[in-house]
Amino acid sequence: MQYLPNIIFVVLLIVGIGFFVKNVSRLKRNIFLGKEASVTDNKPQRWKNMAKIALGQSKMVVRPIAGALHIIVYVGFVIINIEVLEIILDGIFGTHRMFAVLGPVYDFLIGSFEVLALLVIIAVVVFWFRRNVIKLKRFFKPEMEGWPKKDGNFILYIELVLMVLFLTMNGADYQLQQMGAEHYAAAGSFPISSFIAPMFEGMSISTLVLIERTAWWVHIAGILFFLNYLYYSKHLHILLAFPNTYYGKLTPKGQFRNLQSVTDEVRMMMDPDADPYAEPAEDAAVPDKFGASDVQDLSWIQLLNAYTCTECGRCTSECPANQTGKKLSPRKIMMDTRDRLEEVGKNIDANNGEFKDDGKQLLNDFITPEELWACTSCNACVEACPISIDPLSIIMDMRQYLVMEESAAPTDLNNMMGNIENNGAPWPFNQMDRLNWSKES
Amino acid sequence: MASELKVPTMAEFFASGTVPEVLFWVGCAGSFDDRAKKITKAFVKILNKANVSFAVLGTEESCTGDPAKRAGNEFLFQMQAVTNIEVLNAYEIKKIVTACPHCFNTIKNEYPGLGGNYEVVHHTQFLKDLLNDGRISMEGGHFKGKRITFHDPCYLGRANGVYEAPRDLIRKLDAELIEMKSCKQRGLCCGAGGAQMFKEPEKGDKDVNIERTEQALETKPEIIAAGCPFCNTMMTDGVKNKEKEGDVQVMDIAEMIATAEDL
Ligand code: SF4
Ligand code: SF4
Repeated sequence: MQYLPNIIFVVLLIVGIGFFVKNVSRLKRNIFLGKEASVTDNKPQRWKNMAKIALGQSKMVVRPIAGALHIIVYVGFVIINIEVLEIILDGIFGTHRMFAVLGPVYDFLIGSFEVLALLVIIAVVVFWFRRNVIKLKRFFKPEMEGWPKKDGNFILYIELVLMVLFLTMNGADYQLQQMGAEHYAAAGSFPISSFIAPMFEGMSISTLVLIERTAWWVHIAGILFFLNYLYYSKHLHILLAFPNTYYGKLTPKGQFRNLQSVTDEVRMMMDPDADPYAEPAEDAAVPDKFGASDVQDLSWIQLLNAYTCTECGRCTSECPANQTGKKLSPRKIMMDTRDRLEEVGKNIDANNGEFKDDGKQLLNDFITPEELWACTSCNACVEACPISIDPLSIIMDMRQYLVMEESAAPTDLNNMMGNIENNGAPWPFNQMDRLNWSKES
Repeated sequence: MASELKVPTMAEFFASGTVPEVLFWVGCAGSFDDRAKKITKAFVKILNKANVSFAVLGTEESCTGDPAKRAGNEFLFQMQAVTNIEVLNAYEIKKIVTACPHCFNTIKNEYPGLGGNYEVVHHTQFLKDLLNDGRISMEGGHFKGKRITFHDPCYLGRANGVYEAPRDLIRKLDAELIEMKSCKQRGLCCGAGGAQMFKEPEKGDKDVNIERTEQALETKPEIIAAGCPFCNTMMTDGVKNKEKEGDVQVMDIAEMIATAEDL
């Protein structure tokens, strides 16, 4: 019986981490439904970007208030994980404050965790106010209704509860230490929770132990719950921001990929020696479809982008199309891609590992041509994203599909393209007149 | 005042067995659009004045394919690119200057993958180099103390990180450079990019160029400076829409320098 708590704890841990591992493998499977993309180039620059943008939060501070608050929550999260490690070890071995042997270092650590916990509580409250009372415009776009709105608040509540539990646990512990309770040897310093301790004055040791243990258990269970909540939430970015910034675009923002399949075809057409009636080679790969109409046509990096998006809307608030009331919202492009990818993943799970056509696709069922055609390809969204997401690349791939597979460009654009084809200019002027300006006064 | 423009072609250079220092890529707007042609001429006047040995392709130039690519027609883009690259490589072109950020971006970034490798500069970068090398001088007289705001073209700024060259030139004109609410990395598009120039905008509350013009007018400028023929058109339309064409001019930086130097 003595080991019952340890056993319960280990079971809880295994179940919690087991579910998490399962989610991670599902995540990986879904991301790699996307097409190959080569990203083995320029490793030093990639590591540097990850260190600067994900670890160093360099792009968060473009908006100073949100940036500063976010850094607090982020640092709090990272550092408090050391405390979580102790909690886990204590849980397994039935010890109490195992790291206390570190002496003054331990006192310092616990003290700084407490200060951070308080700062996190403050930051979370401010975040909540921004979302729900001040109603920042970028959180009130059509794509933010329903789950995304709830998710945003839910995360804040969880963080708040976890921090309060942490401080309650420490406060009760501190009080027990003062009372010289068995098992609660003096360890740690409690700059914040010592202020909670007076609430516990006059309580019996057994009540206090009950409070301390309850807070301890709920806290660790909450963390395991949160770990598993990630997959269903925009909060997945706390993990994916790292690979996502590593795989982010390194070429100039204005440089769009040249499609290799098109290059091959153009080469063949321009090659005077090529036999236009030649049978395709036996082993020739089936030509790719041009552009993207569904998630499987996108690269795995674009799909990773979709899972990484935090729905912060910085892209959308900088988007000229969105600012002037058009339907396009780059954040929605990312959210739609994720939603569709999830749907495809569930479809595969339900059909023994194979995708059964569901009569739906990303184009039209999620993203409409009207949104796609409103984009000016200005790259403001790409610049604004704090974690190197490229919504523009998805927009461009889908436009390619519309134009090259469906010939579904707006009429004006068809005219423009016809002019380029016939006259070498987007307007109906004769190429032979290209130098006329030099003779006009 | 203005003397005859000297606009040699690559074919002429080739016939005489010499090579120019730089190829001036005029672009479709610069060749055909009435407003943009003025920018082209102003730039040529400066090149003439500075005795820069340059050439244009003239009738051998064709659209870079930028609007086709941004519209999603990769096929048409690559046909254009490959054709242009053949011409450029046949003339053994090394360096290209252009007054259009869209041509600049496409030739600089997207042509190398298709076999076209050149040093490509925007005309504001080229002009700044001429100034640094003492090949042109600039007197601010005409623009001294004028309030000027610069609109960053997306394909020059965010797309390629060129923010300072045009600003340095404006400062050299002794003008007072005032930044708009959104500038540099966070500049707002004029609304023409991504092939929007050639189609009606989607439904919304207002057009992008109006929003951008409002931002520009907030700085109470005498001149809105641009570095792109498409931005120039969009901002000119915006200023007209606000009935401000009497008070506010939209000018390319090349035009400003040509005016200051009385060319
Ligand atoms: S690139 Fe397109 S989606 Fe992104 S900000 Fe510009 S207009 Fe909006
Ligand atoms: S794409 Fe980037 S900027 Fe846009 S909502 Fe997602 S995380 Fe934020």
